[in-house]
Amino acid sequence: MGKLTIPQEELMNSGHIGCLGCGGTLAMRYLLKALGKRTMITIPACCIAIMSGIYPRNFLKVPLLDVAFETTAASASGIRAALDAKGIHDIYVVGFGGDGGTADIGIQALSGAAERGDNIIYVMYDNEAYMNTGIQRSGATPFGAWTTTTPVGTTGDFKKRPKKNMVEIMVAHDIPYAATASVAYPEDFVRKVQKAKDMDGTKFFHVFSPCPTGWRYSPEMTIQIGVLAFQTTVFPMYEVENGVYRVTKKPAKRKPVTDYIKLQGRFKHLDDETIEVIQKTVDRNWEMLLAKAEFTKKFAE
Amino acid sequence: MPMDVMTGNSAQAYGAKLARAEVVAAYPITPQTTVVEKLADLVASGEMKAQFIKVESEHSAMAACIAASATGARAYTATAAHGLALMHEMLIWAAGSRLPIVMGNINRAMAPPWSVWADYQDSIAERDTGWMQFYCQSSQEVLDTVIQAYKVAENHDILIPAMVMEDAFYLSHTFEPVDVPPQKDVDDFLPPYDPPIKLDVDNPVGLCALVPPDHYMEFRFKIAKAMEDSRKVIQEVDEEWEKKFGRSHGGLVERYRMEDADAAIIAAGTMSSTARVAIDNMRDKGKKVGLARLRVFRPFPYEEIRQIAKEVDSIGVLDRSYTFGHGGAFYTETAGALYQAPEQPHVKNYVIGIGGRDIPPKDIEEILEKVLTKEDGGEVEWFGLRTSGSKEVN
Repeated sequence: MGKLTIPQEELMNSGHIGCLGCGGTLAMRYLLKALGKRTMITIPACCIAIMSGIYPRNFLKVPLLDVAFETTAASASGIRAALDAKGIHDIYVVGFGGDGGTADIGIQALSGAAERGDNIIYVMYDNEAYMNTGIQRSGATPFGAWTTTTPVGTTGDFKKRPKKNMVEIMVAHDIPYAATASVAYPEDFVRKVQKAKDMDGTKFFHVFSPCPTGWRYSPEMTIQIGVLAFQTTVFPMYEVENGVYRVTKKPAKRKPVTDYIKLQGRFKHLDDETIEVIQKTVDRNWEMLLAKAEFTKKFAE
Repeated sequence: MPMDVMTGNSAQAYGAKLARAEVVAAYPITPQTTVVEKLADLVASGEMKAQFIKVESEHSAMAACIAASATGARAYTATAAHGLALMHEMLIWAAGSRLPIVMGNINRAMAPPWSVWADYQDSIAERDTGWMQFYCQSSQEVLDTVIQAYKVAENHDILIPAMVMEDAFYLSHTFEPVDVPPQKDVDDFLPPYDPPIKLDVDNPVGLCALVPPDHYMEFRFKIAKAMEDSRKVIQEVDEEWEKKFGRSHGGLVERYRMEDADAAIIAAGTMSSTARVAIDNMRDKGKKVGLARLRVFRPFPYEEIRQIAKEVDSIGVLDRSYTFGHGGAFYTETAGALYQAPEQPHVKNYVIGIGGRDIPPKDIEEILEKVLTKEDGGEVEWFGLRTSGSKEVN
């Protein structure tokens, strides 16, 4: 039996009301394991805000402040400032938002906090659409996907632009640490959080959180979908520390994107030609990532 | 006690400093900008011990104040006009969270057309957000009211946020002598913020969660109750302030030469100072007129207004904003308060000084003359319009 690398303490109560197979709940659970109980969390309007349970219930064993949709990062900054004012410096302050609340409506506040260098941890759990309100497209919805606001119809009106690259946007803010992670690889996620949590400044995590409801797959396949996203390099695992890229986990052999796409109803309308376009984009992005890792090596301290 | 010569905006900043605000989150906007600059100087020099978050928008300013206040810190911000409008959602959030944040708002007209001058459209538009609203007439009152507002807001029976208003440029950028009370006296008056509930890792709670119809209405009723109860606390805090510092600002409504008045005007902010001059001039001519200054608009001082209705035959309500559709807000609320009153004086609305239009004493004297004669011509008059043909609105 292998060595346990993930802390056993559970800081999430049972009885959340998320969907079966929800990736977002796993993201929260592993994050809290990595940070421990001296953590304060702020959550905007998103799936997790509902899953936490309706008043007077609460699914976390750490203080939780529900905030307005676009204010996650500013709220985290406010909590941090209050703790600093009180001379309390041993508490982790976390903004935990979905992809819409982060890449779209909340990006201004996040950019502001990152530019100021506020000492917070920001986690974007990415289920690639506005899932809480019923699968509307977000800036993080991938090219080719069906959503309720990118219905395929008779004109093929699926999402026609690639997802917004939040890690790159955050790296451009010159923050100490940005990384991708996946609920399919909790050890990698926990390791990254533990590595970055005590760095001063804004730390950003982009956590791949498959959504059976919105992606149209069977709930027991969440981890398998996450594994395939990694193996196809649709969602690669990497970190950027002070501008230096490092691929933290490489697939032994890359699989074709069809292996990932064919399992999900949201892509079922795609023809071979469009899937080929996706394959080429994924290939290009993967090669660029490897090149960045190679090129930035020399800047490592 | 030391006298200083300062602007209303400096008075805001010194008010926040003397109140020992622990977190300031603010974004610059004309004519509030010098509040932010002064606070930045005070913090940078070490004179004020506070965390200053230089946020990227007013929306984030209020979001940060809410989170800081929820974590147990005394929070302060200041804004004006479009900044206040951008905060709208968060104003409701602050009140709903029952957080005693104090904010300076430098009353400025809304665009378009662009205007940076005095007008109450900005704060009147936020009257339903659950914030207390104080309208100041001097820089001294600004400084004192910031401190008083924390004391009212942080009272455990109240716990609602408060706005402290100043008129753009008339107060924000005008220098006048201000008595700056010693820190130790303010500390005696205003103890540290001690919230009944806050974010705390040793006693973790979830705040602001989703609430079903079984509970929501009671949460809103509690805000309504707190706003009602704040009337008494505002009055008591102003009285306590007078005992300690030797000056009162009138509680909810300040009365001037009302003792034997036949007619009164209701006004707020700096135009009240002008009104005093106009009233003195009229009194010199033997006309019995007085002023009731609305210092507090939320909660609305309906009892004080009904008392005035008992004393006079005619009231003119001066509004520096307009609620499109019908009447200025001070007027419609005054009229609303009087509907339940046994005495029904003649009441008319004068919309005046919109977008910073000058209000000289002679204009108020002209209005007082109209009020005395119970002039007809509709309920609402835009007074001093350049286009005389459209002068009568109703």
